[in-house]
Amino acid sequence: MDGEDDAPKSLMEEMYANGIEGVDDAPSSSTSTTIRKNRPIISGEQLDIEAYAALYSGRTKIMRLIFLADHCDNSGMQLEALRMAYDELKKGENTQLFREVVQKIDGRLGPNYSMDATWCAMVDRKADQRKDKLESELNAYRTNLIKESIRMGYNDFGDFYYAHGALGDAFKSYVRTRDYCTTSKHIIQMCLSAILVSIEMGQFAHVTSYVSKAEQTPEALDPPTIAKLRCAAGLAHLEAKKYKLAARKFLEVGPELGNSYSEVIAPQDVATYGGLCALASFDRTELKNKVIDNINFRNFLELVPEVRELINDFYSSHYASCLEYLGNLKSNLMLDIHIHDHVETLYDQIRSKALIQYTHPFVSVDMRMMADAFKTSVAGLEKELESLITDNQIQARIDSHNKILYARHADQRNATFQRVLQTGNEFDWDVRAMLLRANLLKHEYNLRASRKI
Amino acid sequence: MNTVEGLVNQIQGLSTTASDVLSLQNLLKQADDSLHAESTRLFPFLDQLDPSKHSLGYLYFLEACTAGPVTKEQAGSYVLMIARFITSCIAEQIRLAPDKFITVCKRFKDQVLLLEEPLRGVAPMLTAIRKLQSSSEHLTALHPEFLLLCLLSRCYKAGLSILEEDVFEVDQPRDLFLFCYYGGMISIGQKWFQKALELLHNVVTAPMSTVNAIAVEAFKKYILVSLIHHGQSPANLPKYASSVAQRNLKNLCQPYIELANSYSNGKIADIETYVEANKDKFESDNNLGLVKQAVSSMYKRNIQRLTQTYLTLSLQDIANRVQLNSPKEAEMHVLQMIKDGEIYATINQKDGMVRFLEDPEQYKTCEMIEHIDSSIQRLMTLSKKLNGVDELMSCDPLYLLKAGRERQRFDFDDFDNVPQRFNI
Repeated sequence: MDGEDDAPKSLMEEMYANGIEGVDDAPSSSTSTTIRKNRPIISGEQLDIEAYAALYSGRTKIMRLIFLADHCDNSGMQLEALRMAYDELKKGENTQLFREVVQKIDGRLGPNYSMDATWCAMVDRKADQRKDKLESELNAYRTNLIKESIRMGYNDFGDFYYAHGALGDAFKSYVRTRDYCTTSKHIIQMCLSAILVSIEMGQFAHVTSYVSKAEQTPEALDPPTIAKLRCAAGLAHLEAKKYKLAARKFLEVGPELGNSYSEVIAPQDVATYGGLCALASFDRTELKNKVIDNINFRNFLELVPEVRELINDFYSSHYASCLEYLGNLKSNLMLDIHIHDHVETLYDQIRSKALIQYTHPFVSVDMRMMADAFKTSVAGLEKELESLITDNQIQARIDSHNKILYARHADQRNATFQRVLQTGNEFDWDVRAMLLRANLLKHEYNLRASRKI
Repeated sequence: MNTVEGLVNQIQGLSTTASDVLSLQNLLKQADDSLHAESTRLFPFLDQLDPSKHSLGYLYFLEACTAGPVTKEQAGSYVLMIARFITSCIAEQIRLAPDKFITVCKRFKDQVLLLEEPLRGVAPMLTAIRKLQSSSEHLTALHPEFLLLCLLSRCYKAGLSILEEDVFEVDQPRDLFLFCYYGGMISIGQKWFQKALELLHNVVTAPMSTVNAIAVEAFKKYILVSLIHHGQSPANLPKYASSVAQRNLKNLCQPYIELANSYSNGKIADIETYVEANKDKFESDNNLGLVKQAVSSMYKRNIQRLTQTYLTLSLQDIANRVQLNSPKEAEMHVLQMIKDGEIYATINQKDGMVRFLEDPEQYKTCEMIEHIDSSIQRLMTLSKKLNGVDELMSCDPLYLLKAGRERQRFDFDDFDNVPQRFNI
């Protein structure tokens, strides 16, 4: 007897509470208790810099570490990042960035991590020598007019400039190979290099154009390349704030990506960016079809279980825990070089969507319960709802006295009558004014005509 | 003397049939100069003529009489005489000499103003207009004079009857400008803002080759009235406004444009500081009252916006959101708006709550159906008129000439020359 009474009550409570006690229901929502073999890297806890940096290679690793150092508050983390950047730079040939990093370290890491002028001089000298050699080779090839060699020559130049941080020159060199590309493989190679340099430069317009160029040569496209191109396209859309398109691109990335694009993006990033953009811009059907039921994307989501959980929570209307995950992720997302300036917008959009989805099925909603579900105060909730109503995203009215939100559907018939009368008046006014003006013009014209005659 | 007496006799004799009147008119035209030469001595002759029968002749005499400078005492007697003449003259006779009639009436207006009694001129001027107009759509030169008298004597209601008529035929563009400007001012005085907007819009968008002062002043008032009535100022003049107006009007009314911009930002404190800072400019244009009305309309607009999102709201909250000082003030504003019919609400004083209601109009009553029906009829007549004007225009030879030159040529026959000249 008691069991029967309890069951419907607890069900009702759970329905209203929306996620506060709902944590027990979801199978693997609590990350703190479950022990995992691969600790998630982008998670609610503090970023593990070594693991984070291990995901990337090449120039982007250094840029990300520098960005981390610039933007995080924790000086321990800062120094760690700068140390790793220093080590990485020593393995390469970019003296400009090296000087920058040394300046940022400012001697805080001891004598081992100070300005190594001899190394810089040596690298620069080697660079000059190599450059001269490349130039003479290229001239030789150009006189010989062998297309393939000229292409290789320009390619080498591009690589050289890229390694030394002269991104503009690298881009120009890569683009020059275009005239000497014979097979579609060459074209793909050229496009990928151009895309890489453009992403590093931050010029995402070029990225989009080269992605489309590469996609137009279908013969040489193998699955990893397709995945790489999709990632690049997704990044370009993200930078352009086109979140829906970005989400679609990221969701289409296949598992063949693996770690092959570590010079640009890690699979964890694909999952995070794709998941957040999808949540902010898709409606429920699209979210279900493309994200939750998407087998390929599931592999990516396994790498960032918090994002997976928050998407599932959102879909099943457990808004409080969803927003809690979002809050935890925020600090780490702000340290990511591509998404940090979109975090606020995406979060706002996700929150608004949650609010709209919450109110959608109801005729009247008690704002106090809603405020509990969203973990805000009633006054704050009222303000948020007011802005959503003014933007016409929720059709409802607020009863401020009793703190209830009432759904309100516009009366079509009255609205039609009103519009009809208004249109009639406007027509009346416009036509009368027009006839008057026509008369004035005719008068003026007659005056002029009579003066001519 | 003889010519004048002879003229008087002829007037008395030839004022009966229409053909006689026409010959009389020719005579009078020839004698006009001699009349003017003896203008000082014409006064006693006027008694011999009866304005209700010999209107045309009386008109000529009157015009010659009043041609010279007039002193205040003379003005008094002239005013009486002209008023009597206007009320009793025959419309067909005076329409034969409209210019003279207009001159006489204008002088009448001047004299009335000289005596500082504009009210005396209102009724006679109205009669004058009615007699001079060929149809109710015709705008004469007397319309703006009449409205000016109404404005100066604060007798706005008399002007309303003239304003309600639609104007389609205009003699002189300048008349139209003045008429619409004064009409706009009268409508503002009567708080008939929609009509004021229409009239001022007509001034501002009328075809003009150079910017004139009337258009500038009208534009200033136009911005203010559209702020009051619509809550937003016109961003740009519509395309059919003359290019001269589009380029120059905005530059000449800079303070008003700034006012409209700060209005759209929605902060009452900003707009009030701006008004204080530019008070002199507004005052010198005599627009300070309108500006103040615009500022208070901002409160109204904010409260109206609240009705869209809230069902009930406490007076304190209203005061906070609309940036008023106290709930009492908020209550006053809401009460005023309910009385004016601008929102539908009930105030619950016990809880200090306002409950916003939907517009109770259900569009089901007989009155509403009649209203819609009459609107439809009106629009159909207007539509027919528009078609008529269009047909007239399509038959116009000058238009055909121009259209013919620029038409598309698909066939060999199309390359025939359109006749260059029509001999009519």
